Amino acid sequence: MFTRRHALGILGAGIIAPRAYAQARHVYDLTPIQIADGMWMIEGSTDYFSMQNGGAIVNIVLIEGDSGLILIDSGPSLRYGEALASVARRLDLRGVSAVINTHHHPDHFFGNQVFADKPILSLGETLSAAVSDGDAFADNMYRLLGDWMRGTEVVPPTQVISSGEVTIDGRSFTALPLGGHTVADLAVLDRQTGTLIAGDLVFYDRAPTTPSADLEIWQASLNELEAINAAQLVPGHGPVDKTRAAIPQTRAYLSWLEHTLRNAAREGLDMIEVMDTTLPAEFAGMGAQPQEFHRSVSHLFPGIELQELPRGN
Amino acid sequence: MFRKTVVGLSCALWAQGAFALDDPKTKLDDPMKSGMWDYHQVELLGDPEVIRFDERVIVRGPVSAEDSLNVPLLVDATGIDNVKRIVISADYGPIPHILTYYPEQAEAKLGLRFKIDQGTAIRASVETNDGQWFVGSTYIDAAGGGCTAPAHAYASDDWEEKLGEIHGRLWAASGRARVIVDHPMDTGLAGNIPVFIIQNLAFESDSGDLLARLELFEPVNEDPAFSLYFEPGTLTGPLHVKGRDNNGNRIRGLLAEGDTH
Repeated sequence: MFTRRHALGILGAGIIAPRAYAQARHVYDLTPIQIADGMWMIEGSTDYFSMQNGGAIVNIVLIEGDSGLILIDSGPSLRYGEALASVARRLDLRGVSAVINTHHHPDHFFGNQVFADKPILSLGETLSAAVSDGDAFADNMYRLLGDWMRGTEVVPPTQVISSGEVTIDGRSFTALPLGGHTVADLAVLDRQTGTLIAGDLVFYDRAPTTPSADLEIWQASLNELEAINAAQLVPGHGPVDKTRAAIPQTRAYLSWLEHTLRNAAREGLDMIEVMDTTLPAEFAGMGAQPQEFHRSVSHLFPGIELQELPRGN
Repeated sequence: MFRKTVVGLSCALWAQGAFALDDPKTKLDDPMKSGMWDYHQVELLGDPEVIRFDERVIVRGPVSAEDSLNVPLLVDATGIDNVKRIVISADYGPIPHILTYYPEQAEAKLGLRFKIDQGTAIRASVETNDGQWFVGSTYIDAAGGGCTAPAHAYASDDWEEKLGEIHGRLWAASGRARVIVDHPMDTGLAGNIPVFIIQNLAFESDSGDLLARLELFEPVNEDPAFSLYFEPGTLTGPLHVKGRDNNGNRIRGLLAEGDTH
């Protein structure tokens, strides 16, 4: 006999079961890897944002300070920030003491919300860009990542970091105010370990992204970073580089990209035709290709084409 | 119980009847299943008798629109003879009609950019001189907002000086022509900015022969950019660009073979 209780049972199962499933799917599995004394890195996927990776595509660095861990970049979402906070507490009971944002792209600062009671430092132009672009980034991140983004609100950095020698929570860094990947890109050299945390100025075995790029300034920044000759380098995306290969690789890709787009404009190619370009083997194997090349055509080709084509009136 | 069934049945019949009233004369099976095609077939193409989806009409765009204000599209209907015009449209968006291309002496192939308002099927409907229609489609995903955002031009205060400025050139050997016209292409959908668009662009030979022409609508991107294709080696002289916007501004330019910068 079919009773009311049966009906409730069926209803209940129907509602609760998929929800538990959905929650199980949206858990970030963050594993800190020690890369130097008192320094850990969480290595992101080298893929593009997806419902599978929840936007965990970015590298995060945790560095021992006097009163807790200094966090460099905070990830793509509230939930990611919460996972980071719990990773930090396992490494140091006091948790995170300060946050540095290398630049204003959403995968690097949307975890700030969790650390809103701590100092959050960035370059001044990063702070203003996070304020002006944050909501538009959030719209797009919710579209790309769906429920992974639940509850995420844009919390821009709160303090402007000075350049040169700085002390944050008792630890000495050299703060390098650079740019080119975005309007303002901060690279940080940890004095104690000689580790250069390059943010998205350097990508390694993962295609560089160009939505806010100025290629000429970016190349100049790469020269400055290379001159540091750091013992090891943490790129914004991709594995730690101990062989000084990541900067030349990023430079080679950006040079190839610009050369390819200029040549295409000179030959009169249309954007869709440019997207058909076969990537050279050394770049085809990078993470997130050919999607990033296609995105770069959209970002850069209209401007390059206007420079290359002569006036017709 | 019986009464309910009767009501349900009559609703179903009524719905079917209403649907039939909106049906186009030639009902097609839309490969994109977008739900809007029947409507556009009637409203945009004038409900033609002879029409079909045809893989020879190739519509190529990115899978996802990286910049919703500048979505590239390449339409290639060179597999079809005697093309009179190509109507390019978006199924979903406040203004479906993007542009109409009359290839005249050019090949039935066009590169363009447009503003997208949401993920949508994009169509190229090709009419031949004998009145038959052939339709090609693609789907482009988008975050949207492209049609309702103000033009970038107004971020600078010199947009009036650049209005109508043309960049471009010819490549006679490969039969290509590329043209970019500086224009805000205001859709009228952004707050307090009336419609301000280029309405037509024609391409003429030195002797004044019409080689190709375009009718533009609001969704064409700010600073419209087109690739035209001719049979390689047939472009003998420069191409004269002549156009007009809805405020009566004349657009005049010359595309010549020559060095790029």
